[in-house]
Amino acid sequence: MTAPLHTGAEGFLHRFDGLRTRLPGARLGWVQQLREQAAESFRAQGFPTRRAEAWHYTDLRQVADAGFDEPLSILGAAKTLPAPHGAWRAVFQDGRFRDDLSSLDAAPFVAASLAAGLGTLEDRLGALARPAAEPMAALNTMLFEDGLVVTVPAGVAGGVLDLLSLGSATDRPAAFHPRHLIRLEAGASLTIIETATGPAQARYLHNPVYEIEVGEGATLTHVRLQQESPRAFQLGTLYARVAAGGTYDNFTLNAGGKLVRNEIHASLDGPKATCHMNGAQLLRDGQHADTTTVLDHAAPDCASRQTYKTVLSGRSRGVFQGRIHVHQVAQRTDGYQMNQALLLSPEAEIDSKPQLEIYADDVKCSHGATVGEIDADQLFYLRARGIPEPKARSMLVEAFLAEAVEVVQDGAARAALEAAVNGWWEAAA
Amino acid sequence: MPAVTETIDTVQSLTEGTYKYGFETDIEMEFAPKGLNEDIVRFISKKKNEPQWLLDWRLKAYAGWLKMEEPLWAAVKYPPIDYQDAFYYAAPKAGPKSLDEVDPELLKTYAKLGIPLKEQAILAGVEGAGESPADSGRMPIAVDAVFDSVSVATSYKERLGKEGIIFCSISEAVQNHPELVRQYLGTVVPQGDNFYAALNSAVFTDGSFVYIPKGVRCPMELSTYFRINAKSTGQFERTLIIADEGSTVSYLEGCTAPMRDENQLHAAVVELVALDDATIKYSTVQNWYPGDAEGRGGIYNFVTKRAQCRGKRSKVSWTQVETGSAITWKYPSCVLLGDDSVGEFYSVAITNNRQQADTGTKMIHVGKRTSSTIVSKGISAGRGQNTYRGLVRVAPTASNARNFTQCDSLLIGDQCGAHTVPYIENRCMTAKTEHEATTSRIAEDQLFYCRQRGMTQEDAVGLIVNGFCREVLKELPMEFAVEAQKLLQISLEGSVG
Repeated sequence: MTAPLHTGAEGFLHRFDGLRTRLPGARLGWVQQLREQAAESFRAQGFPTRRAEAWHYTDLRQVADAGFDEPLSILGAAKTLPAPHGAWRAVFQDGRFRDDLSSLDAAPFVAASLAAGLGTLEDRLGALARPAAEPMAALNTMLFEDGLVVTVPAGVAGGVLDLLSLGSATDRPAAFHPRHLIRLEAGASLTIIETATGPAQARYLHNPVYEIEVGEGATLTHVRLQQESPRAFQLGTLYARVAAGGTYDNFTLNAGGKLVRNEIHASLDGPKATCHMNGAQLLRDGQHADTTTVLDHAAPDCASRQTYKTVLSGRSRGVFQGRIHVHQVAQRTDGYQMNQALLLSPEAEIDSKPQLEIYADDVKCSHGATVGEIDADQLFYLRARGIPEPKARSMLVEAFLAEAVEVVQDGAARAALEAAVNGWWEAAA
Repeated sequence: MPAVTETIDTVQSLTEGTYKYGFETDIEMEFAPKGLNEDIVRFISKKKNEPQWLLDWRLKAYAGWLKMEEPLWAAVKYPPIDYQDAFYYAAPKAGPKSLDEVDPELLKTYAKLGIPLKEQAILAGVEGAGESPADSGRMPIAVDAVFDSVSVATSYKERLGKEGIIFCSISEAVQNHPELVRQYLGTVVPQGDNFYAALNSAVFTDGSFVYIPKGVRCPMELSTYFRINAKSTGQFERTLIIADEGSTVSYLEGCTAPMRDENQLHAAVVELVALDDATIKYSTVQNWYPGDAEGRGGIYNFVTKRAQCRGKRSKVSWTQVETGSAITWKYPSCVLLGDDSVGEFYSVAITNNRQQADTGTKMIHVGKRTSSTIVSKGISAGRGQNTYRGLVRVAPTASNARNFTQCDSLLIGDQCGAHTVPYIENRCMTAKTEHEATTSRIAEDQLFYCRQRGMTQEDAVGLIVNGFCREVLKELPMEFAVEAQKLLQISLEGSVG
């Protein structure tokens, strides 16, 4: 016997009512307060609808209407894990840290479960996330069950950390809301290669929130491979703050999932900070993927670069919304953003909204957006050289994507990406 | 035409805040009672001796408007507007007569604005006043002059009539060509399209009506000059232009208003219809009073302009130079229905002092092989906020459609803002859309280069700004281009140095 599932915002709030005393931090006043405030703003905002400007192109009705369950323990048992991308690995299943599958002990940085160390995180949890502004962050704050807490001490080169998130196939679709806190102290460096995946039939909602602090002169490379189950939803909200001279380098590949949103809020807070936000979306069938970025230039002499590419086949729909906000103090800002889409099917749709909001005068900001199909001249050129059409098409798509991937500097990260892109392309062809 | 030529020296002698069209004409006016209600709608309709269907149409719009909410999504800030605190009808007491009988006060007003209402007159300064068009070899310009709520004169009517062209005020068209008005009115911008369009549909008082018959190339530029004069009035004009198969027309629009501390609302609706192989070129130099340096007064310019390219191979080109108004909310758009139809949008928008502009275009591609070009140049100075907001939508039917968009912003001073908000929605595989946008300030090396050659800072900025806007200004009819260049310079007065 299963109890009737509540759906929509109401369902999540209803479950929060039942779970509030059993979620991590139930005895910590400040955690309780955070959760209650988040619940209030989620109650007030509800699931975002297309009437909200930030959600104009992504309709969450199918997520709202699916009845989810927040499990209190791990549901699935991971059998075989994909090979790790780095020496250190943190594994999450259904949003919970799997100590038994993780290997972090010898790492030159501190990495541990959020639920286990919650008592010490009052100054970090919620430092960047804005539940009042972003309803999905409110949902995460209300219900987070675990997450990864990483601290790389000053001057330490942390190497490559593999972060694996597994969803499970369950009778009742599960929703999990991990909260990851990543901090690089001054001069530190780290590469995170993150994979989110789940069994092909699994239906779940993965709603992570990241709070990332890059200290002075520190460098964080963050590659996210979103390869969720084709029936799953992922709605991620990432907040990053970069101090003077620091670099945050994000690449997100959206290849899996039924409905996916990758929302990034990065703030360049100190002079000469740098942010790269790049990504590719590879979509087929009825997939919907949304990349939304907000880049705040809040200090002078900062630079930002964004390149996003989307390939759409089937009835898929891609969305790109990118906003560069240059505050008045941010003189000598150098901002660039490009997004390009390749339509492979007459039923696909791409919506793009690149946005510049500029309040400083000594700036150099530009953006570009293009949409089109495979170039007929290029195709002709290849065919004239005896390359059969399917092969020629695949070469051109690969070349289109190669441009997106080649911006990734880190060797391990780039290899992981290329493997993921090739995998998608082989499956599509 | 606001085209009054002066030497650059005169332009420069103008100090900040001098708006040369800020005078007021003292003329006996007739007002409707203040406020807005169904009786006012009936009053306007009765004043214009309108048929029942038009009154019903207005009342329907009014009923719809009452249920609508004011749009707040634009990046502009202003206190709530009290729609009851304005006159919705204000007209000179002596009604419109023939051109020879127009009140001399009005003629003086238009003379002061540089608008030739006398048919032999041509634009002062371009060829030298007093010459006749025949001597100069330049085509005359037909003018419809709208003063507050009514059209006071329309020139060259007879000459145009010989070609079968109808050019008159829309009130006149309702009387003389009701079938055409009824056929097209509200078909491009429906009554309930948006808040301001609904308000306009209920209370519109005058505006121009143009019909170009099949195969006719309009022999002269047509223009309408809008003047707000009376205090506490709103101007709600409605313009309808129909270019029948194979016809061509170029239409110009200018606007000014007196300097006042109050904000006055201007909510116009412009509808353009282009049938097979027809071309409409619509140019605007918008120079409503922008308010003073502190942001007191100025016109709220909340305008809905839309064209339907209904016919195959039809073409509509919008060119706008937006220098005036306290707040601009304006998106001249093209719905490209006919196969191979073309839409163009060329815009220069300047905000100085406390001006705010949220302007751009919509290009809706429906027909096959439709193409559109958007070139937008935004200039922000002082504490001005300038937003480009545009939509390019390609429907699945618009195979091989093509769009190119370029938005450039120039910032002068560190207290202003420049924003770009394009929306690109593509649902057609074979369509190709391209968008690029840049934001920068005037380059130091360009300024240095000019200064080194003995130019003043202000001249140098003027030169660079004109270069920045060149792509758009070259789309304007010659007389407008001359005027626009000067306007740019005046609008930027006091913003450098």
